Amino acid sequence: MAVRVSFKVNGKSVSSEVEERTLLVSLIRDTLRLTGTHVGCDTAQCGACTVMMNGRAVKSCSMLAMQAEGAEITTIEGVAKPDGTLHPMQAAFKEHHGLQCGFCTPGMVINAIDFAKGNPNPTEQDVREALEGNLCRCTGYHNIVKSIMAGAKAMAAAK
Amino acid sequence: MHPFIYHRPANVNDAVTLAAKGPDHKLLAGGQSLVQAMKLRLSSPSDVIDLGSIKDLSGIKASGSEVTIGAMTRHAEVEKSPEVRKAIPALAALAGQIGDRQVRAMGTLGGALANNDPAADYPAAVLGLGATIVTNKRRIPADEFFKGLFETALAQGELITSVVFPVPKRAAYTKFKNQASRFAIVGVFVAESSSGVRVAVTGAGPCVFRQKDMEKALAAKFSPESVAGVKQAASGLNSDLHAGAEYRAHLVTVMAKRAVENALK
Repeated sequence: MAVRVSFKVNGKSVSSEVEERTLLVSLIRDTLRLTGTHVGCDTAQCGACTVMMNGRAVKSCSMLAMQAEGAEITTIEGVAKPDGTLHPMQAAFKEHHGLQCGFCTPGMVINAIDFAKGNPNPTEQDVREALEGNLCRCTGYHNIVKSIMAGAKAMAAAK
Repeated sequence: MHPFIYHRPANVNDAVTLAAKGPDHKLLAGGQSLVQAMKLRLSSPSDVIDLGSIKDLSGIKASGSEVTIGAMTRHAEVEKSPEVRKAIPALAALAGQIGDRQVRAMGTLGGALANNDPAADYPAAVLGLGATIVTNKRRIPADEFFKGLFETALAQGELITSVVFPVPKRAAYTKFKNQASRFAIVGVFVAESSSGVRVAVTGAGPCVFRQKDMEKALAAKFSPESVAGVKQAASGLNSDLHAGAEYRAHLVTVMAKRAVENALK
């Protein structure tokens, strides 16, 4: 059976017929073709599927698409300005080389933006704790932590 | 994931009417355990009843002597709530240690209690504080709620609506966490209130339990030294690839001692 789910993605209203068991991440990637959101572990460990729902970072592999009814979703594609200007957090990842292969990066950036909203000047320890739900398997976390500390300050300064 | 029929009831009555139809009708709160269990086909409900649209199941109310938290209140809301931080800081701190921040943005108090995972954090606070679980049918004292491995006193078609936490004089929760999952290998919640001292242990056994020898020792004198010499028996505790029963038993004393230290800070 199919059910209809309607929500906003990156500011645009979408409405889609899905099977009840469709995960939010499947809808985002396979139907909406927003493939910046990744599926890493598919078991809620790695955080590559992190998207913003109503302003909070959540794991889109751990929820049904139907749970997003009426929500405002932001994926990595909706983070930069329409003219291509990077979000301050994205710019910080670029500046501090906070990525290597890039697979975990969309989830890292989305989670970091949500975290930085409430933590404009975080300590290294704060950032490492905030990254408990995001795994990187190539760089280690050193530059990611540096990026988020800088990105949080840049976001606060840009307000 | 096996197919199922999805329902989104607008109120508690409709939700429990659906849930009463049978054990294959599952209530979906935040979904942080259920959705993963369904993906692994450990759970294959015929019907999923999403509680996400029932607004009056969420929220936090504090009076002088108790804090009432709606069943659908997210861990992140409890963690950040000024009311909870002021009245029962140990409860806010516990909520902030569940899973990771993305999981805390979705996971709910009621979902965690109804699931009763043996390594979950919230059962320790509920049992340690002597909270009351309020359902659509009755009020269940914490001492009668947790029945065993993933088993509670909830009947089919019974829904947790809120939990009432009495405000203690002092309390703290200390856990030795699994580094990968952040679940408790052993977590100990201690609370001292006018009605006495309670010590609740999660992660160690198949279900959260009270450590009454430690409660007696702490009632005589609420200090870390009082529990330092109280040993937990290893028989009946969990043994798995993360920790053996003997090690878990040892950790109960260590975590209890640290929890008392933290409660006195």
